Amino acid sequence: MDLSMKWLNDYVKADMPIKEFADKMTMGGSKVETYHNMSEPLSNIVVGKVISLERHKDSEKLWICMLDVGKDAPIQIVTAAQNLFEGAIVPVCLHNSVIADGTKITKGKLRGVESNGMMCSYAELGLTAGDFSYPVADDGILILNDDPDLDKMPIGTDICKALEIDDTIVEFEITNNRPDCLSVLGLAQEASAVFDTPMNKRAPEYKTAGGDINKELKVTVENTELCSRYMAAMVKNVKIAPSPRWMARRLRASGVRPINNLVDITNFVMLEYGHPMHAFDLRYVEDNTITVRNARQGETLKLLDEMAQPVQLSPEMLIIADGKKPIAIAGVMGGEHSGIMDDTTTVVFEAACFDGVSVRRTAKKVGERTEASSRFEKGLNPVNAEQALKRALELIDMLGCGEIVDGIIDVGKGDYPPERLTPDYDRVNELLGSDISKDEQQAILKRLGFEIDGDEIIVPPTRIDMHLQCDIAEEVARIYGYNNIPSTIPKLSSQGKRTEKQKIEDKMTQLALSLGFYEIMTYSFISPKDYELLGMRQEDRQSVVIRNPLGEDTSVMRTSPLTSMMEVIRRNYNNRSLAARFFETARAYFPKGRDELPDEKDYLCFGMYGEGEDFFTVKGAIEEMLAKLGADNAEFSAVSDDPVYHPGRCAEVTMDGKRLGMLGQIHPRAAAAFDIGVPVYCAVIDTDILRECVGEEVKYVSLPKFPAASRDLSLICDEEVTNGEITAIIKKNAKHLEDVRLFDIYKGEQVPSGKKSLSYTLTFRKKDATLTDEEADASVAKVLKALAEIGMTLR
Amino acid sequence: MKEQLENIRREAMDAISACGDVKELDALRVKYLGKKGELTAILKSMGGLSAEERPIIGQLANSVRQTLDEAISDKGDKLKTAALDAKLAAEKVDVTLPGKTRPLGSRHPLNIVLDELKEIFRGMGYTVVDGPEVEETKYVFDMLNTDEGHPARDEQDTFYITDTILLRTQTSSVQIREMLAHKPPIAIISPGRVYRSDAVDATHSPIFHQCEGLVIDKKITFGDLKGTLEIFAKRLYGEDIKLRFRPHHFPYTEPSAEVDLQCFKCHGAGCPLCKGEGWIEMLGSGLVHPQVLINCGIDPEEYSGFAFGIGLERIAMMRYNIDDMRLLYENDIRFLSQFR
Repeated sequence: MDLSMKWLNDYVKADMPIKEFADKMTMGGSKVETYHNMSEPLSNIVVGKVISLERHKDSEKLWICMLDVGKDAPIQIVTAAQNLFEGAIVPVCLHNSVIADGTKITKGKLRGVESNGMMCSYAELGLTAGDFSYPVADDGILILNDDPDLDKMPIGTDICKALEIDDTIVEFEITNNRPDCLSVLGLAQEASAVFDTPMNKRAPEYKTAGGDINKELKVTVENTELCSRYMAAMVKNVKIAPSPRWMARRLRASGVRPINNLVDITNFVMLEYGHPMHAFDLRYVEDNTITVRNARQGETLKLLDEMAQPVQLSPEMLIIADGKKPIAIAGVMGGEHSGIMDDTTTVVFEAACFDGVSVRRTAKKVGERTEASSRFEKGLNPVNAEQALKRALELIDMLGCGEIVDGIIDVGKGDYPPERLTPDYDRVNELLGSDISKDEQQAILKRLGFEIDGDEIIVPPTRIDMHLQCDIAEEVARIYGYNNIPSTIPKLSSQGKRTEKQKIEDKMTQLALSLGFYEIMTYSFISPKDYELLGMRQEDRQSVVIRNPLGEDTSVMRTSPLTSMMEVIRRNYNNRSLAARFFETARAYFPKGRDELPDEKDYLCFGMYGEGEDFFTVKGAIEEMLAKLGADNAEFSAVSDDPVYHPGRCAEVTMDGKRLGMLGQIHPRAAAAFDIGVPVYCAVIDTDILRECVGEEVKYVSLPKFPAASRDLSLICDEEVTNGEITAIIKKNAKHLEDVRLFDIYKGEQVPSGKKSLSYTLTFRKKDATLTDEEADASVAKVLKALAEIGMTLR
Repeated sequence: MKEQLENIRREAMDAISACGDVKELDALRVKYLGKKGELTAILKSMGGLSAEERPIIGQLANSVRQTLDEAISDKGDKLKTAALDAKLAAEKVDVTLPGKTRPLGSRHPLNIVLDELKEIFRGMGYTVVDGPEVEETKYVFDMLNTDEGHPARDEQDTFYITDTILLRTQTSSVQIREMLAHKPPIAIISPGRVYRSDAVDATHSPIFHQCEGLVIDKKITFGDLKGTLEIFAKRLYGEDIKLRFRPHHFPYTEPSAEVDLQCFKCHGAGCPLCKGEGWIEMLGSGLVHPQVLINCGIDPEEYSGFAFGIGLERIAMMRYNIDDMRLLYENDIRFLSQFR
């Protein structure tokens, strides 16, 4: 809402410095976004009068002009303008002045003749022809001799003051609950409360010219649910003309283009009272009948807006119709013939209350969110409708632009008893934690326009947001000053502990960081094409689909954290980062029934690429992490049929039969699809399962008292035999075994083809005595015997 | 004989002092003090001396032996020290060469900020709770006083899955679930990701993160809200930071307040960071609307509470001077590796 300070001052005295005004209004609850003077950047331009005109002797086009600018002596200006005459009243840009486009005017010489500034056009003042109530030259100097306010602009007057463009415009951010503040009166009431200065408001008054509106016009409201009140008044013998300057300027300050006195009055009242109005030309209201009804299927309406295509109306839309056809969309916009023309003679003013939600939907559907509709959609008050209509008639009277027919048609008129509340002043203090006396609270409410009536207060009709004690508390608090309420600290009986889940999550994060992984955060919606790129199984692609996504790229909720990881690796690889390790605690979403919420699961996802990374570095990272979480007997088994992974470099991680996750090299086809030219290694761990696998609290094991003995075994076996199988046999058969560790793998000349050699160190120890060589040897012998059974021999 | 001894002493002392390495020194020790050494030879020949001479020469011989013994031992120590010094000198490294390490990763800047928030609020007795991101409209809107027809529910602002299921636009839904699940007193924060239909640019993202807080107990006041948020801001930005509480409107709180932070760069004078205002909008807050309490089965006559919501991106971007929100989600390692 753009507020003209001049307009505001019609109703409340607010002449403090503008910064102070803005700051205090903001802290009172009406947030000021910005403010600026309408005249900016104009400066040092005054009203002047041409005393003499003389041709420049070296030019056929230039004139040497002597001007009275209200100073001791006239000044000389050379001009190329051809519309000047002696006695012309003109805007004069003095030496060191600034015009609307920011150009600075200084004195100089034109063809050798001194020129001390320039005279300017309306455009150079940032104005348009519509800002004047009389014809002004488009190309030439602005001539003010015909100005009706000429007597108010003596020679030497600042042009901004003379033309009333010296107004400050304050832009407010108005919250949804305060549609009343989308009006000059609403903001005046706020200013009155904030600055504790009285409001100067009176009921509108006007003279009528006889007749009876009921004989001229019939109004029917068919849908009283969507139109709770419809008021109409009539003005005959209207004289269409430009509005007076004060009105035009106030409209301009509010961002509304002045058109003519009748249209301007409707806009002026909307801005002043916050209640939109409409004016119909009676000639185009067929049968002199207005019906408020739902549109019929197939009806169309060409709007007042310059849109070429007529709007298709639909039955849920509320419209205003005459005896034959729609003439306006209720609360949104009028039809093309409903407006006021230069030859209009009889006008019907409408002030009504339409249902907010309906107006909002209709405005959205026809793509016309107007000043009017945005006010209606917040819900408007029927009492204010009447005030607004009467104010419009008062302005008609004041401007002398027509004869007001007696009577007002009022369909749906009710009693409209004001809302009454019973404030509990102690409760207000209890909620705020303040100690504001009843008197002070009442004084604040009065300043806001509430009436005190015994124990009750009467809510101003435009305040649709006042119902509860907490609403009263907010009124009191904001005017008393939020920052004047003492700050306290609640005594909480709760403890801020971490849950077990959170402790494990924090630990997982710390481990991942210490293993060199950078944490990433990615979007949880993806493109369905990403599944394709990664080659995921069809059954793993069943996603929660966003009905109204921003685009295909972000249209489904991911079912795996891998697509996002690959996207991040792609970006880093393309940016020529040679190596990187990433991890993310990423959520994935799995659809259930149509009206059921999906399952949401958190995964720990790792991704890495670059020199030195291979299957065993990703596996090592996972092993290290599991070990430090106490989940140390995880098993890794080869998986060759997961389409996302390299068939020979992929493992499933399980623990106690539970599937903890997958890891391995991403299938080279998938990496290529993501434009990544190097091997990528990833792991995905299910955090829910991981939590179940985390070990118990550590119990210290006493340090060994007796020495250990170790034996190295170099074994030859078929290439197909895995380390896992061998260590399992060793563990099963070796008595007193403390540890078994692989230290070498060899394939080559010394080993027959199709075979490989694996070397292990076995460490033996007894808890209660020194292990003898014989005992160690016996244990090794047993192991060798077992290994021999599956064809393994010592090398 | 006496003269002989003196000669040996002089000669040996000269040789010891001139000696340059341990081997040579060992040879000298053998030469003079060894079993077949010169001094030993003299001692052996002492049998031919007279009874008067013997003790005198004996004494002298012992003194020479002792002197040489000490000299050789001293020299030995010196040579060892010198040898070690030489060895260490040869082992000198260029300390400016890079150290060897296994590089550590780093936390995402948004989580660095969130960790700090969690610590602050846990310290004040709050529990951190999580909830679903794909949520029912009743938890995101209906029960939070945001009725059908409220602009926040518009398709152009909110991602819908069905008419009644959507991507949550705020983590307040977690608060509703918490109030439904537990009786007061309640003191929680609910950090998490939220979704709004904004196209990606330098200051907007369709996914961003909030940390909302909720306290419900008997006699919780607006003053409590102020005090709590002041402590929070001081912990986050330092003791000198100033807050102001500015009236605002949210459907789920009444009274409602937006909280501005005095610009920590210009201290209120106005600068580009605060767009000349001297204050930076930080969070929204208020006393929980009684209707919201009723919706959750809590009696507003008995209990009151406050709620607040903080945007993590904003805090992180201000703290680290990040001028483009997209950086937070692009995860370029050159960006991520700058945080610690």
